[in-house]
Amino acid sequence: MRLIYAFIAGGLFGTGLYLSGMTDTTKVQGWLDIFGNWDPTLAFVMGGAILPMAVAWLLVPGRKPLAGGTFPTPPEPKLGRNLVLGSVLFGAGWGLAGLCPGPAIASLSYGGVGGVIFVLAMIAGMAVAPRVRQTLDSAVPAE
Amino acid sequence: MLSSIPTDWIWGLIGGMLIGLGGAVYLLANGRIMGASGIIGGLVDRSGWSTGAERLVFLAGVFALPILLTPLVGAVDTHVTDNWPVIIAAGLLVGIGTRLANGCTSGHGVCGISRLSLRGMVATVFYIMAGGLTVIVFRHILGVI
Repeated sequence: MRLIYAFIAGGLFGTGLYLSGMTDTTKVQGWLDIFGNWDPTLAFVMGGAILPMAVAWLLVPGRKPLAGGTFPTPPEPKLGRNLVLGSVLFGAGWGLAGLCPGPAIASLSYGGVGGVIFVLAMIAGMAVAPRVRQTLDSAVPAE
Repeated sequence: MLSSIPTDWIWGLIGGMLIGLGGAVYLLANGRIMGASGIIGGLVDRSGWSTGAERLVFLAGVFALPILLTPLVGAVDTHVTDNWPVIIAAGLLVGIGTRLANGCTSGHGVCGISRLSLRGMVATVFYIMAGGLTVIVFRHILGVI
C-alpha cells in the first residue's frame, strides 16, 4: 500500500506542477522579477498548495499514518547558518534557471536537453552536498 | 489578452491545490513530508536508501502524470534556457543549496509554512530574496538570462 500511496501522492504533485504552469521557467522567473513584468501566478500556486496541506497537519495529532509508522516530529526551531546559506544558494540557482527540484522532475519528459542537463547538474550538486556541509561545519561549527 | 491573465491565476490555484493534496496524501498515508529535494537527495547520497522504493515510486508519479496528461491538456513549453553554463551552474546551486538547507519550495515552502514552521518560513524568505536578486542582477544588469 505504501507504494500505491506514494505513486498517488507523486502523481498529484506532478499533475499540480504541470497544470499550475510552474514547469514554465518564464512564470517562475516572472514571479521573481519584481522590477520587470511581474507575474503573481506562483503566489496562487503556493496559496493553493498550503491550504490542503494545513488541513492535513491539523489531522495529524492523535492519529497514525494510514500505512503505519509514525508521523514526523517537528524539526527543532533552530535557524542556523546551513539553513540560511543553503536557501540563498538554492534561491540563486532557482532564479538563474527558473527550475526547482519538483518541476525539474515533472518536466523531464518535455523540458528538452536543457531540462535533462539541469537535473544531472542538480544530482551532482546533491552528491557533493554532504561533503560541502562537512567542510563548512568543520571550518566554522554552526547549528 | 487581458482575459488570459486571470486564467493563469486560476490554473495556478487549481494546480497548487493538487500539489497540496499530494503532500496531504504523502503525509497522512505514509507519514512522510513531501519535499522534492529530500526525496531525490536521499537517493543520491544514499541516506534514504532504506525507503528507496517509496521515493522512486513517488518520483515516477511526478514524472509520469504530465506525460499522460499532455495528450489531453496540451503541451507546456518550459522555456528552459539554452545557455548551458547557466543551466549547469543553476543545477549545482539548487542541488547543493537544497541539501544544505534540508528543503526546497515543496518541503520548506508548502509543507513547512502550512505547519507554521519557523525554519520553513525563514528558508522561504531567503530563497525568494536570493532568487529575486539573482534575476535582477543576471537579467537587468548583466543581461545573461
